[in-house]
Amino acid sequence: MDLLGDLALGFSVALTWANIGWCLVGVALGTLIGVLPGIGPVATIAMLLPVTFHLAPVSALIMLAGIYYGAQYGGSTTAILVNLPGESSSVVTCLDGYQMARQGRAGPALAIAALGSFFAGCVATLILATFAPPLAELAFKFGPAERFSLMVLGLVAAVTLAHGSLLKAIAMIVLGILLGLVGADPEVGRMRYTFGIPELTDGINFVVVAMGIFAFGEIIANLEKGNSREVFTSNIGRLWPSREDFRLAWKAILRGTGIGSLLGILPGGGAVLGSFAAYMIEKRLARDPSRFGKGAIEGVAAPESANNAGAQTSFIPLLTLGIPSNAVMALMVGAMIIHGIQPGPQVMSERPELFWGMIASMWIGNLLLVILNLPLIGVWVWLLTVPYRLLYPAILVLSCIGIYSLNNSVFDVGLAALFGLLGYIFIKLQCEPAPLLLGFVLGPMLEENLRKAMTISRGDPSVFVTRPLSLSMLALAAVLLLLVVLPAVRRKREEAFLET
Amino acid sequence: MWPNNPNNEGGMVGIRVRSVGDGLAGLMFIAFGLAAILIGRDYPIGSAMRMGPGYFPTVLGGLLTVLGLGVLVRSLAGSAAPPPSFSLKPLALVLASVLAFALTVERLGLVAAVVLVVGISALASEQFRWREMLAVALIMAALAVGLFAKGLGLPFRLTPF
Repeated sequence: MDLLGDLALGFSVALTWANIGWCLVGVALGTLIGVLPGIGPVATIAMLLPVTFHLAPVSALIMLAGIYYGAQYGGSTTAILVNLPGESSSVVTCLDGYQMARQGRAGPALAIAALGSFFAGCVATLILATFAPPLAELAFKFGPAERFSLMVLGLVAAVTLAHGSLLKAIAMIVLGILLGLVGADPEVGRMRYTFGIPELTDGINFVVVAMGIFAFGEIIANLEKGNSREVFTSNIGRLWPSREDFRLAWKAILRGTGIGSLLGILPGGGAVLGSFAAYMIEKRLARDPSRFGKGAIEGVAAPESANNAGAQTSFIPLLTLGIPSNAVMALMVGAMIIHGIQPGPQVMSERPELFWGMIASMWIGNLLLVILNLPLIGVWVWLLTVPYRLLYPAILVLSCIGIYSLNNSVFDVGLAALFGLLGYIFIKLQCEPAPLLLGFVLGPMLEENLRKAMTISRGDPSVFVTRPLSLSMLALAAVLLLLVVLPAVRRKREEAFLET
Repeated sequence: MWPNNPNNEGGMVGIRVRSVGDGLAGLMFIAFGLAAILIGRDYPIGSAMRMGPGYFPTVLGGLLTVLGLGVLVRSLAGSAAPPPSFSLKPLALVLASVLAFALTVERLGLVAAVVLVVGISALASEQFRWREMLAVALIMAALAVGLFAKGLGLPFRLTPF
């Protein structure tokens, strides 16, 4: 089938009233949690999974995807108006966005962020549609050895591209894999690490882990920080950017889109990385870098375009290879499995309506987001004035209901509290929790493919390096690790994350 | 998400002192790694060709222990970071509210469980106000019953009666 035919199929699915409706729910929720600091897409998607039981699979995925890229739009609003990143992917937007707001130019900053995001979203949707089919084609050639190596590459990339201590990030992944192994052994049924608790037979539910660590742990950490916000509500000013703004911003938007799309595809990528990289490149390319940090519009345009592009292209590894590249995608794996869809290359051929419907919905979602975020900006600004002390009890209630509804299990709620404690400890010890969730989701697949590959090769581990595809992926992983360990690169990497 | 990455602050301080946080993190990883090996010592290891249930976890447990040792060693000479401070009040109250939900939702019903979550967790805020707490509790209880129990038809017991 050709691209146009596929896209037509996609739009025929995405343009039904029901699916437009769910797309709208998704992007509106995404904007909401994007605007509100203290709750991110991981916790939200985990919270809403039980609700999606009642939806058609395609509607459920359209809505959940909308939450992720919708959050990228919402995050910029908070960054610009309050100087707090609503999302971690909007951290760099604070630098120039807030300065613009202080100069009374919040309107153009918000508008450029939304328009840049929209442009990036359109391009990323096209990239997804163009590059996913050939990649899926390639993925069909994969045996257990290749799949194992690919997952290793994904996990390695996830830690090398993330910031913070490399050693701790790897340890978090290994811990995540171990937690993923709890339950009955898939081949012989032997119970592992269940302590005789029957509820653990099927393993720990990933929603329990995600909620405990990302919702409960974060809430506790936020509460002890206390918070005060200064919101520029009264002073948004004229919304439409001037001709001069556009002249300065359009190249930044183009570059941000390119960088974001590229970094989003990489395993371990996603929205966060792209926004950092795009900001730094703009600063480096600028004729007068000293303008940055003082309200340069490129400093808003580039990262906001990049994070939206990255959020969307990070679906590529998930939809073509079945490998989640970040914590949000790990949750999407869970969502797909709940609906009886095994993520991987076969999704495109077996469920084309699902695959292309989801892609088409992203374009529609971006259009809805521009409408939601520009004319209706006042609503979100008003929401920003809701204090955290009213929000977090509500988040806790929704989380508890969400966890309980998964299996009507009180045990799961208690277990989530335990993971909340663990999540809080992770935050306190500066152990980035996202790699743990990734390892947790990939763990069982990793073990299964390792065992299969070793059985096929009659116990000869050289199978991973004699098969060319597997070898090249492992080599790439090794190169990535080496690069980060090399002192020169390491200094640059730390600089990159500190400077901004 | 909230920007809770104090890593950045840690890296900026120029003095080289031990990082208590990293040391604790190392110990935590070692504990998890050793636990994985010890608890899993009865699981059949099998052979490389036919891996038993114990093979992969034991290897990972060993790896985690080694990584933990690495983190521990680096904490002695690594970059400086202020020791982490744990505040027990929000920790205890938030977790207690979740546990209260778990203990009551099936016996006392959804309404009571929601009110308990809001009531207990709201105490963790420094700006606690009775009226606000009651308002949030009532709104959330109404939402839970209206949306989740009635609207989505999730099988909740609503009241103890």
